Amino acid sequence: MVELRNVTKKFGNFHAIRGVDLNVRAGEFLTLLGPSGCGKTTLLRMISGFDAPTEGSVWLGGEDVTHLPPYRRNVNQVFQSYALFPHLTVEENIGFGLRMQKLPRLEIAGRVQSAIALVSLQGLEARKPGQLSGGQRQRVALARALICQPKVLLLDEPLSALDAKLRHQMQGELKRLQKMLGITFVFVTHDQEEALTMSDRIAVVNQGRIEQLGDSAAIYHAPQTAFVANFIGRANILEANAVGVEGGFIRLRIASGVEVLVPNPNPSPTTSRLVVSIRPEKIHLQSQRPTQENVFEAVVEEELFKGPTHQLEIKTASGLSLSVMAASQSIMQTAFHKGDRVWCAVHPNDIVILRAD
Amino acid sequence: MQTPLALLQPAHGAARRPGFIGWLLIAPLIAWLVAFVVIPALILLVYSFCQRDELGELVFSFSLENYWRVFGYVHDESGAFAWDPTYLQIFGRSLGCAGLTTILCVLIGYPVAWTLGRAPDSRRNLLLTLVMIPFWTSFLIRTYAWIIILSENGLLNGLLQYSRLISEPFPMLYTPGAVIVGLVYSYLPFMILPIYGSVEKLDNSIVEAALDLGAGPLQAFLNVILPLTRPGVLAGILLVFIPAMGMFAISDLMGGKRVPLIGNVIQDQFSGQARDWPFGSALGMSVVVLFSIAFWLGTRRQPES
Repeated sequence: MVELRNVTKKFGNFHAIRGVDLNVRAGEFLTLLGPSGCGKTTLLRMISGFDAPTEGSVWLGGEDVTHLPPYRRNVNQVFQSYALFPHLTVEENIGFGLRMQKLPRLEIAGRVQSAIALVSLQGLEARKPGQLSGGQRQRVALARALICQPKVLLLDEPLSALDAKLRHQMQGELKRLQKMLGITFVFVTHDQEEALTMSDRIAVVNQGRIEQLGDSAAIYHAPQTAFVANFIGRANILEANAVGVEGGFIRLRIASGVEVLVPNPNPSPTTSRLVVSIRPEKIHLQSQRPTQENVFEAVVEEELFKGPTHQLEIKTASGLSLSVMAASQSIMQTAFHKGDRVWCAVHPNDIVILRAD
Repeated sequence: MQTPLALLQPAHGAARRPGFIGWLLIAPLIAWLVAFVVIPALILLVYSFCQRDELGELVFSFSLENYWRVFGYVHDESGAFAWDPTYLQIFGRSLGCAGLTTILCVLIGYPVAWTLGRAPDSRRNLLLTLVMIPFWTSFLIRTYAWIIILSENGLLNGLLQYSRLISEPFPMLYTPGAVIVGLVYSYLPFMILPIYGSVEKLDNSIVEAALDLGAGPLQAFLNVILPLTRPGVLAGILLVFIPAMGMFAISDLMGGKRVPLIGNVIQDQFSGQARDWPFGSALGMSVVVLFSIAFWLGTRRQPES
């Protein structure tokens, strides 16, 4: 539906985007996720037409739109600040796009009514944006963009101005709307949890490049780079040496006394020096030595109670520090405390070999 | 519920009434307005109903004579009213000049203000300074500069003749056109600055939203940009139209005596040869009424639809 082909964007000497290829499928909810300044908004603005790529081309529904101005592209955007027209009422804001197309009044009125119903804004038709709450403005912005029946709806951090509770509610509503209307959504956010909850696929953007593109589970469980592993959730990023191959596994030596087996990826790594990622919640702590593979011993250095989870910093005898996260036990059950000796177990599938950059 | 912060803020309703300190702070302004605006205006009002004797001395009376004259009715020798629209014509010409000046200032000033308001921060201050630099020289000097440019042996005529576009000097100075040029030149910054203020406040994403929703540049301008910058345009219109209407120096210097505006006539009544203070007062009061109407039209709130 949307295709970026080898797109590069320079602002002066600054490379905002470096040779990005991206293919957004029809009807999918794709999220561009990354820290601020990574280029995700620039990517969005090149799709909407506000920025022109320095190199490469932008395709929309099989048509090259690289040089089309925003008002000739069948895409619409929900802006971060909503960008509602302050001098127009809710109704006039929502009908703006149709009025620009010079549709008959009656048709506009009808479509505005159904758009208002779609985002549950009945009764607020005559209000000005200044008289609306943040959540209501958000809905106006959404209805105003959707009424034009765009091929693709672009959303630039549309939820970042809302408080946490409203944000969760709107996440659900957006997802529901997208499924119901079957419109392709390209959603920009820096909030990894939001990305994981809502997206069909996530493109993790860093320093003007797409580091990884995949569905939520793949991005979380099989990050390809240290950046992705760190940015989405928390991760222990460790250097390791491959010391042997055993069946379908590689034996990795992370530190003295910490040797683990990991599935041998396809293709096999070409060097013996590797970087791996282990999620804190994938390290299981036990007081007795477990019988399985991939176990090592450590001491609890620090403990932090975080409500639903319990975060521990542990250290092995050889000085390897790791973060561990466990579900909080009930208050009566003894968890592990500072100074305790623990046995750690990690399932081989939970150790991910990262791409070297 | 009273939070500590709420205690620091005045209660509702109280915010409108300035306290003792407040009155003290605005006292200089009030004194200034009373001394130099209210009292002179009242004197003018009283004078406008008076008469003058043959020597031009004021004679207290109550007569509408002066206002009749403004509106074109004068007593002839027999005492009957005769129709003489001289002053109405001058009023009309002044309105025309001020109106044309205002329109030209909007047309020239809006694009300039737009460019200023959308310029990157680094360049904006420089451009603003360029707009204001003419204020650093005296108004008279700037006007004389125009005289030098426009006069028969002036720069422009010289240039046109040198480049053989014209063979004879083209009369430019002492024409209505010269007056308009002078007025537009003098008042343009008063149009640019308020529009600039509105443009600068305009959130760029609102303009982008209009383009995104299919509005071409012209549609976006008419439907979004112009309505949102209207306060600046209205302020600029007031700031240009009112002084342009009262201006007499430019029409004097650049229009010669050929294009008198209402300001020239009034000046003539007070310090010139006519020496008719009561009639000058009536003309002045008429202008005040006209300005009040213009101000009211420009600043009234649009009815909310």
